[in-house]
Amino acid sequence: MRDADLSILVIDENAIRAQIIEEGLRAAGHARVTVVHEIQGVARTIERVSPDVIVIDLENPNRDMLESMFLLSRSVQRPIAMFVDRSDKAAIEAAVEAGVSAYVVDGLKQERVKPILDMAISRFNAFSRMARELEEARTELESRKIVDRAKAILMKSRGLSEDAAYKLLRSTAMNQNRKIADIAQSLVMAAGLLEG
Amino acid sequence: MTEEADIRVGFVPLLDSAILVSAVVKGFTREEGLVVALRREPSWASIRDRLAVGALDAAHILAPMPIAANLGLFPLSPSLIAPIAMGLGGNAVTVSNAVAGELRDAGAGDTLDAGVVGRALRDVVVARRARGLAPLKFGVVYSFSGHNFELRFWLAACGIDPDRDVQIVVLPPPQMPGALAEGLIDGFCAGEPWNTAAVRAGAGAIATVKAKIWRSSPEKVLGVSRPWAQENAAALDAFLRALYRAALWCADRANHEELARILASPRFINVDPALLMTGLTGAMEVAPGRTVQVDDFFLTAGKAATFPWQSHALWFYSQMVRWGFCSHSPHNTLIARDSYRPDLYRRALRGLGAPLPGANLKVEGALVAPTLVGAANSSLVLGPDGFFDGHIFDPDQIDDYIRSQMDERVSG
Repeated sequence: MRDADLSILVIDENAIRAQIIEEGLRAAGHARVTVVHEIQGVARTIERVSPDVIVIDLENPNRDMLESMFLLSRSVQRPIAMFVDRSDKAAIEAAVEAGVSAYVVDGLKQERVKPILDMAISRFNAFSRMARELEEARTELESRKIVDRAKAILMKSRGLSEDAAYKLLRSTAMNQNRKIADIAQSLVMAAGLLEG
Repeated sequence: MTEEADIRVGFVPLLDSAILVSAVVKGFTREEGLVVALRREPSWASIRDRLAVGALDAAHILAPMPIAANLGLFPLSPSLIAPIAMGLGGNAVTVSNAVAGELRDAGAGDTLDAGVVGRALRDVVVARRARGLAPLKFGVVYSFSGHNFELRFWLAACGIDPDRDVQIVVLPPPQMPGALAEGLIDGFCAGEPWNTAAVRAGAGAIATVKAKIWRSSPEKVLGVSRPWAQENAAALDAFLRALYRAALWCADRANHEELARILASPRFINVDPALLMTGLTGAMEVAPGRTVQVDDFFLTAGKAATFPWQSHALWFYSQMVRWGFCSHSPHNTLIARDSYRPDLYRRALRGLGAPLPGANLKVEGALVAPTLVGAANSSLVLGPDGFFDGHIFDPDQIDDYIRSQMDERVSG
């Protein structure tokens, strides 16, 4: 059996992350990749595709249910164990840190599973990084908006130019050892209270 | 999770995380000089994996889990010890309104008595089979849980084979009330607040409770990474002292409202505090508008509620063997027994004046009334601690106990 013949099941409620993993596996030459987003009905999927490897988000609350299926011989013929070589502590740690959980059919050789796991770990990490960057970008955008509003308030109430309003915010922030956005936020809130 | 934490502890949002949560929130751990990082976990599998790789040092876990872990029954099995229990009781069996009606018609009446309700349930199971209906489906929270084992024990003792006559499936606790309402399951055995939540949502009624199936029995323990415990003896002792003092605080009625508010907050269980009061006071709302006061529903102090009895560990082990999770051998029996560590409990609490049982094991089900027993430091009252069917479990006779249950299964 070549690696491309391994049946891989990806269970992920996050459709975008699942797609990222699936693309990675296909790019690496795996043709038999099945992706499901919901745990409902997964027993039938497992029976149908008879996976050699199951990759699931470590934080998925339905993992207890999934593992109970492995204990029932009805839905999975062969016993499934997490990672082939349990002594490979570094690989397991990396997976848990990345939030990847993997179940592997007993008897499958380490060298065949390792690349799949490494791929899942790197794709999970890439996804987390992307999510973090999106969050940062969102925060950045919101900060800019709030600073603009604070500047407008200062321009109106003190008759300052835009440049002078910004400088006032910046110097206040520096004096108080806080972020400009925090100062702006306080100012906008205070203005809101005074107006209200 | 902070870098400088002395101990990183996982928990699953349930009423019986009360001792752990209050130990941290009410400052008992701080008074012991400990910085504790609490981490909420979405599943028992997740807690187990984090314990296995050292991302957690300890956790609020199901009482059978350290045993299963040390027997290597998990896909990834950490080496764990249980030096303290997180209280006694706290679970219930809730059934759909339809099944509650059938139970009533079959003579269950208004009682929570496990024997009476169980006999009615057997009649319901038989009647449903005669009518060609699908077997009843019960949800439990995990394969290696007190819920699974007490539900199976109860069903089997009432003449219902838990594998052939009904179907048992695993579901996360917060999903139980919804699954019951939607008819995906006919009943479930889970901890609070999910039984009360199902009743309040009009999804079902409480049929019986853990305290009626096996009174004064353990539900959660503190599972500690064995390597961590060996390298951090002083921190472990301090942590156990804080947990013990928190357990006393939790047991004081005057603190129940505050405790319910703490546990109900978004950081922990994230529910209406009223859902937690029933379990804390034992005044269980078994059906809309009907409240039953249950003795010893959930105990955190008194009756050695936090003592990690090795007889409890061995009973769970006997049930793992009974239902085919592992094989019985003298070696496995010792692994199971030594997963619970009363010696560490005594070592940590000696200076606190806590009543410390002198024995590591007791005969389960022998005490039919509250009984004064020998203990170091101060007097200790134990019991009643019976199984509902009147059988006793003598850990010295575990071979016979397992054999008789297995024989029963084959002949049944």
